[in-house]
Amino acid sequence: MAYDKFEILKSTAVPLPIENVDTDQIIPARFLKATERKGFGDNLFRDWRYNNDDSPKADFVLNDATYSGKILVGGKNFGSGSSREHAAWAVYDYGFRCVISSFFADIFKGNCLNIGVLPVQVSAGFADKIFAAIEADPKTEIEVNLPEQKVTIVATDESESFDINGYKKGNMLNGFDDIDYLQNMKEEIKAFAENSPL
Amino acid sequence: MSKTLFDKVWDSHVVRSVEDGPDVLLIDRHMVHEVTSPVAFLGIKNRGIGVLYPNKTFATADHNTPTINQHLPVQDPLSANQLKALEQNAAEHGISHWGLGHEKNGIVHVVGPEYGITQPGATIVCGDSHTSTHGAFGAIAFGIGTSEVEMVLATQCIMQPKPKKMRINVKGDLNFGVTPKDVALYIISKLTTSGATGYFVEYAGEVFENMTMEGRMTVCNLSIEMGARGGMIAPDEKTFEYIKGREHTPKGAAWDKAMEYWKTLKTDPDATFDKELTFEASDIEPMITYGTNPGMGIGISKSIPNAKDVQGGETTYKKSLGYMNFNEGEDMIGKPIDFVFIGSCTNGRIEDFRAFASIIKGRKKADNVTAWLVPGSHKVEAAIKEEGILDIIHESGFELREPGCSACLAMNDDKVPAGKLAVSTSNRNFEGRQGPGSRTLLASPLMAAAAAVTGKVTDPRELMNK
Ligand code: SF4
Repeated sequence: MAYDKFEILKSTAVPLPIENVDTDQIIPARFLKATERKGFGDNLFRDWRYNNDDSPKADFVLNDATYSGKILVGGKNFGSGSSREHAAWAVYDYGFRCVISSFFADIFKGNCLNIGVLPVQVSAGFADKIFAAIEADPKTEIEVNLPEQKVTIVATDESESFDINGYKKGNMLNGFDDIDYLQNMKEEIKAFAENSPL
Repeated sequence: MSKTLFDKVWDSHVVRSVEDGPDVLLIDRHMVHEVTSPVAFLGIKNRGIGVLYPNKTFATADHNTPTINQHLPVQDPLSANQLKALEQNAAEHGISHWGLGHEKNGIVHVVGPEYGITQPGATIVCGDSHTSTHGAFGAIAFGIGTSEVEMVLATQCIMQPKPKKMRINVKGDLNFGVTPKDVALYIISKLTTSGATGYFVEYAGEVFENMTMEGRMTVCNLSIEMGARGGMIAPDEKTFEYIKGREHTPKGAAWDKAMEYWKTLKTDPDATFDKELTFEASDIEPMITYGTNPGMGIGISKSIPNAKDVQGGETTYKKSLGYMNFNEGEDMIGKPIDFVFIGSCTNGRIEDFRAFASIIKGRKKADNVTAWLVPGSHKVEAAIKEEGILDIIHESGFELREPGCSACLAMNDDKVPAGKLAVSTSNRNFEGRQGPGSRTLLASPLMAAAAAVTGKVTDPRELMNK
């Protein structure tokens, strides 16, 4: 599924300074019963966000009007656990286009890149600075510049560069996905497959 | 050039290496289930393309299926809808489909090996992170997201950067009462849940050489819980013995030819790894988890660590213990429990039920315990009956359910109620994993059996004959 191109994103950010946020928290299994990719944002962080009677939990950050924005800043080892792409869909569908963390779980990171959410891995020190900046001023803006691979705390102009491979960067900049690429090399794949032993 | 087992399999599947990008990897076997595939099938439909090699994809229903009364219509309309979608998608594209009630039905990572779909040297993917299970056969197997499921359907390839390589050695002989599950939980407790992120693991050393194929599957299954993409073990005589004669394994001359290739599948003596770790088997005792990720595990005789002694954030640690309603310094032994779950792709094979039966035999289920015994597949279920294990189960006051993922992820009705404590042979103890508010202790089938008959956390060695 194609997604919007990503170039420079300047936005306030939502802080979630918890470590090992797993995909069961991002979207609990009981919300994986859909056969279409629709409405997952409503259940993002469902059990942290709502009580059993569906009333919002006042102390959870997504229910706190002080914080908003298109960037989610998570603690270390964000997205561990299951391969469910629904977790990345929920993040996207809620309105986030970028997740910043000092460390991502592999599959979640790959899933994000495949659907147009940019995972930005920063040093633990820089992540702390971002958390501190948001705490000091919830309206502080973060700029994520994909062409230059740079993330900046706008108020203080402190910045750090981040990694992304050239291929994925190109995809994000152009809104392409891997299937577009693979479709174009189908003959090569077929020739290869015909000679493979298994 | 010297190569590791992982290099040999990976490199031989690279169709193209994209400059400053991932490898295009050919996939030999693709397993799909009802939960992570519908959107992928919808994706190829919207693009107006078909499935390139339908005979390389296999479908089974497991995540969302009931484990009682499978012969009746599925009650939950959303679950029924997903099952129907899988059936229709499989039929439309000519994919073999082992749906609910089919004799080959079961958990995707249990049936794959049972029918010889899983083979050494193959690349195997599935939209489920525990696909790493199949690495026990010397395959490269890992979980993928739905976009990648769509890629495999459309092009039989995915695009992945080659992971780094790690070897984990466990030397010596295991202590009495220590199972493959304990070995895995021990390693994860040492590495933490992110200790192997970015790596593909090879397990080596006497402990894995001496392990049964079922045990190796349990270990490889849990690779993802330390963050690894997957784990694998070099195929040996045990592997070949296990797969020989199964429905999808090569026969006759094709078998001989395959064997020639499979015998080359081991790490060259001078090949190097990006990281190498070694543990002593004698240090491992039966393990249990006490927190909300699989890295929070301890030997059964130990007490819950203090916040200041653990790696990572103190706030996160305290939040986790708060959720579990446990305190620092407490013993695990003696904690009253409410539920026992034996099953899942981690410990839902015949050997796991044999272990469970060895402890419950001649004892009775504790009154305070609700137990869910869920075989990984119909084949496992049949073996349980054939070997007389079902009689032991009934005599001890337990019942056997029908195959499926069940309380491993609690998508169906098998949900542990809020606040209740479960000893579970599955793979994840995340908050709410087994139902909203549920509390999970991960352990081996022996530990689960000991808890089921005593009603509390018990060292299984006390109930075993040396
Ligand atoms: S048993 Fe659990 S981990 Fe295994 S395939 Fe099913 S849901 Fe996934």
